Amino acid sequence: MSAARLLVAGASLGGLDAVPELLGPLSVDLDLAVVVCQHRHADSGAPLARLIGERAGRSVLEAFDATPLGRGAILLAPANYHTLVEGEHVRLSLDATERFARPSIDALFGSAARAWGGRVAAALLTSSSDDGARGLAEVQRRGGATYVQDPALAEAREAPEAALARVTPTAVGSPAELGAAIAAWAGALPAGRTHG
Amino acid sequence: MALRLNDAPSDLVDDVEELELELLLDAIVRRWGYDFRDYSRPSMRRRVQRVLEREQLRTVSGLQGRILRSEEAMRRFIATISVSVSAMFRDPRFFAALREEVIPVLRTHPFVRVWVAGCATGEEVYSMAILLHEAGLSARARIYATDLSDELLERASRGVFPLKRMQEYTRNYLAAGGRADFSSYYRTDAEHAIIRHPLRQNVVFSQHNLVSDGSFNEFHLVLCRNVLIYFGEALRDRVYELLFSSMVRHGYLALGLKENLRHTRWNSRFDALDEELSLYRRRA
Repeated sequence: MSAARLLVAGASLGGLDAVPELLGPLSVDLDLAVVVCQHRHADSGAPLARLIGERAGRSVLEAFDATPLGRGAILLAPANYHTLVEGEHVRLSLDATERFARPSIDALFGSAARAWGGRVAAALLTSSSDDGARGLAEVQRRGGATYVQDPALAEAREAPEAALARVTPTAVGSPAELGAAIAAWAGALPAGRTHG
Repeated sequence: MALRLNDAPSDLVDDVEELELELLLDAIVRRWGYDFRDYSRPSMRRRVQRVLEREQLRTVSGLQGRILRSEEAMRRFIATISVSVSAMFRDPRFFAALREEVIPVLRTHPFVRVWVAGCATGEEVYSMAILLHEAGLSARARIYATDLSDELLERASRGVFPLKRMQEYTRNYLAAGGRADFSSYYRTDAEHAIIRHPLRQNVVFSQHNLVSDGSFNEFHLVLCRNVLIYFGEALRDRVYELLFSSMVRHGYLALGLKENLRHTRWNSRFDALDEELSLYRRRA
């Protein structure tokens, strides 16, 4: 079954620390699917998903085309493909780079905003280009929640600064603070009572 | 009193861009018969954006007007929609598996038919031709290379690639287990590498629309890599059906590395030869 809400997150330089910190506070019980777009070398493979997963204490899988956005899923955009959201699935594309990036954070955010509207949260973390800022604005325009890493705390401040120039985010903070805020947004209560 | 959105009939569209795109695709199918309505929408939207840039138009409605009146504009549209980033021996591990695991089985057949579905500019076609050549199968193998776009097919059939990409292709070729001198497969001019004629000899290029055309032969190996990622769910299912019915029993199917049959009803009709490489074998 598809998740009730969707988090899309983007990062480049510094993301290997920031993304796990963002994911850390997101309980597996949340009715939430996550798609992460981390800029990476075209040849880099599945080990990155494992690494982020280990650091976050969650299972992170590289997305395949048509992977469902199921509850609890954390998907990583594969190297060298654009990762888009269509309905309740992730879709891939080999089309040309967008603003020199593939995967493009803007493309992920924009498609998620269109498909999920007010049920999407987008988090733009440390990144050394402005990729993601336009997508974040699109998320905001379509009623989604927007989160930006505090540029002062970011290893690379270009993306957070570009984002703050375009949107008034729902929250600004460290990745862990944003993760906690997103957890609250997604509804912190577990679905069943078995987990207390 | 102002009309509130909630009072509006439910089929009222407030997303004008979405509406323009739908009208464009409706217009194309009615005017020219090409049906893109079941293509994956997010990718289609991005590609239409690229068409707008190339046509130097500002709106999708403007593009619709041009395409309705100009067959040339329609051809250009199809080419832009159908083109895909590719490289010879792209994903060398995959081509190594073809060489080591698939070709030896193909060799046991008296005649081998390979279908490259959605061949775009032909990089995989010639990679395949080289594999068959090196396996000594050229004389009894034929590659059917099809695409929706006649413009791309024409380019593919010329076998002309940018010279500056040959370094990358050579690297891929070697990583895929190639042992010959890769440069012996092409001649060059100042800017291009031109695939030598013998490799093109047993390739048949023809137009085929995966959306609307049927099966036209039975193949021992079908390559349909990174094509279905641009299709919506219903269309993907139709094409799997088409591919399945176009294969001999125990024939091989290759999808893109990030495509697989999981979550589809076709999973039980194929055995995964190597799931990492999205290489499947049709069950009886």
